[in-house]
Amino acid sequence: MERQLLVSSSPHLRAPDDIRTIMWSVVVALAPAAAISIYFFGLHALAVYVVTIAAAEATELACLRLRGRPLAHAADGSAFITGMLLAMVLPPDVALYCPLVGAVFAIAIAKHAFGGLGCNVWNPALAARIFLQFAYPVQISLSKWPVPRMLWGAPVDAITMASPLAKEGAAARFSHLDLLFGNGVPGSIGETCKVALLIGGAFLILREVIDWRIPVAYVGTVFVLTWLLPTGEGAAPWAADPFYHVLAGGLIIGAFFMATDMVTTPFTRAGRVVFGVGCGVLVALIRRYGGYPEGVAYSIVIMNTFTPLIDRWVRPRVYGSRTPKPSVRQA
Amino acid sequence: MAANTQVMTFPRGGVHPEGSKDRTQGMPIQVSEPPAEVAVLMAQHIGAIAAPVVKKKDRVRKGQLVGQAQGYISANVHAPVSGTVKAVETRTYSVTGMPVPAVIIENDGEDKWARELNEPQDVEGMDAPQMVELVHECGVVGLGGATFPAHVKLSPPAETPVTDVFINGAECEPYVTVDHRLMLECTEDVIDGLRLIMRIVKAPNGYVGIERNKPDAIEALSKALEQDSTIQVVPLEVKYPQGAEQQLITAVTGREVPSQGGLPSDVGCLVHNVATALAIRDAIRFRRPLIERAVTVTGDGLESAGNFIERIGTSIAAILERQGLREDANQLVLGGPMMGIAQGMVDVPLVKGNNAILVRCGAGVPPQRACIHCGRCVEHCPLGLSPGEMSIACERQEWDAAVALGMLECKECGCCAYVCPARRRIVHMIKFGKVELRRRRAKAQQSG
Repeated sequence: MERQLLVSSSPHLRAPDDIRTIMWSVVVALAPAAAISIYFFGLHALAVYVVTIAAAEATELACLRLRGRPLAHAADGSAFITGMLLAMVLPPDVALYCPLVGAVFAIAIAKHAFGGLGCNVWNPALAARIFLQFAYPVQISLSKWPVPRMLWGAPVDAITMASPLAKEGAAARFSHLDLLFGNGVPGSIGETCKVALLIGGAFLILREVIDWRIPVAYVGTVFVLTWLLPTGEGAAPWAADPFYHVLAGGLIIGAFFMATDMVTTPFTRAGRVVFGVGCGVLVALIRRYGGYPEGVAYSIVIMNTFTPLIDRWVRPRVYGSRTPKPSVRQA
Repeated sequence: MAANTQVMTFPRGGVHPEGSKDRTQGMPIQVSEPPAEVAVLMAQHIGAIAAPVVKKKDRVRKGQLVGQAQGYISANVHAPVSGTVKAVETRTYSVTGMPVPAVIIENDGEDKWARELNEPQDVEGMDAPQMVELVHECGVVGLGGATFPAHVKLSPPAETPVTDVFINGAECEPYVTVDHRLMLECTEDVIDGLRLIMRIVKAPNGYVGIERNKPDAIEALSKALEQDSTIQVVPLEVKYPQGAEQQLITAVTGREVPSQGGLPSDVGCLVHNVATALAIRDAIRFRRPLIERAVTVTGDGLESAGNFIERIGTSIAAILERQGLREDANQLVLGGPMMGIAQGMVDVPLVKGNNAILVRCGAGVPPQRACIHCGRCVEHCPLGLSPGEMSIACERQEWDAAVALGMLECKECGCCAYVCPARRRIVHMIKFGKVELRRRRAKAQQSG
């Protein structure tokens, strides 16, 4: 019989989810936070998104071309996410060449130099954020942040203000409710509206794209440690307020969207708990005893480095490995 | 005993592929016309290939021995029709794709049983070894697809007595509906088979595990077992691979079969598939050799589908032609879609392990990408393995690493590759690894 039959290994069925559907659902999950960030910080924020996403996709295409990989991979959404996340962790008034350089670094160096999607050691967006911090310390100021448009209440009469986590802050200037919605709270473009980020995070957890264990372990550890660790003399009034630590700064975006990047985090459930706790410990130590007010980006990148080790040490129990075999019992 | 109201399942891993059973699950089993010619392979089972005991031009009757089991882990093979041996030559074994000896018999249409076969036996007067001997003689093997010789399973080591016997009616593979139909149409006989097995191994407890998507089968068996306090019908959650031996045992008893080659009898269990229980019953009650089996013939590549009793050795090509093979059909799988074996040609004979013939249109292999480390293969592996890593070790031919990662524990259920978003050929590489490792070890033994 002259018929071409497809011979391939079982299984002959595949689940509907593939890399594309996973990646684009992360983009969908980030959309609410991105949308409200443009409301907060205006057209310049939009321009930063356009620059990072366009540069990330262009660099992705160029790298795929150079590496002889199918150009269609650029449509898988992974470079789009990197661009989007990078924009969200940059200051709203950043000069546009910084996001451009950052996006090229993220894709070309942090991702493709290591072998492309699946092979990178660090989260590309965070690696680029840290790179920019060192490359442009003046342009990416940590002390003066633009004031966002208000959701409610009277506008603040200033152009810039200090970060909510600034140690010099004499008083807690933000209520928990303001911090939750990002109302009048300065910060990186996409990190301020926790409600929008949590909606996106919940969507990804329900869709089983990310494992809830990482954000829960991460945020939970920060909460407990900032509550319990002793504060030094002259500490800010919020220094011992765990809710303030959770809601101010980049912890929520980091915990739900960066510490959950599957490529750079452990693949076992227990390993993910270890990873989340490790990130949380680092953030608490940096914020409490370090000179740096934030610490989320560093904590995740440092734990990314440990991911292969965690994967080696924390393994699932193999079925039947604890049941004694009668033959062994007799021996 | 009335049906368990609690729905049970194995605790970790597993997947939920679409069932695709609607097309055939309501169709009663039809007995097909015996074919004009059968090709009876000497490899129908796991273990040593049987040796042909007939030669060209020999007259054979239905049920007559044509292939003698070689050693303990092997099984007899019998003539599925009466007629003349046309040839003893090699044919392709669909499970391995390798040529094996086969007895080709031309059907004389008389369909006459050999002497002393297919007659009621004095079962009440038999002891366990006599019953096992009949199962051995009749060439019964596991009909769920594994084809492990049934007499071996019925003779557990004395130091590990079996207390719990399971009839596996989970039928968790998509598309396959034969066990479902058999439970409905031969309810009493399935129970009789289970009672005989319990009697052989002297087990006090019997279970029939059935996935919840077959409520009619659960009801039929529960009703038939109302007065029996030793046998329990266990409704199981619909989750693949619920019907894998280890998962079924763990779902119902909570016990885990030991790793590194442990047997179900190590935890006091024995599992037989529905069709196997019927074949065991036929062997003991009637001395009826295994010469036919129920098979689901389905898939969008066929004009008509159904459940059929087919003689062993029937040409798959002939069955497909009868059911109307569509022009654009491009995949033939023997068995279910999760573990069945894709064939390169339609001209292969039916063997004892073929519970389904699945023909599909538009089948394709999705392009593979680099592992994105998502951990879904780990999360869905019912055995707690790390299949992705294991397959990469096989790809790199790092055999020690692959074994250390548990390659030999893997049962190739396919959950990992099913969920893999990078569409990696995880099972493919693990199968390759096992074959390659065996080849290398054999070579090392030879030379050293």
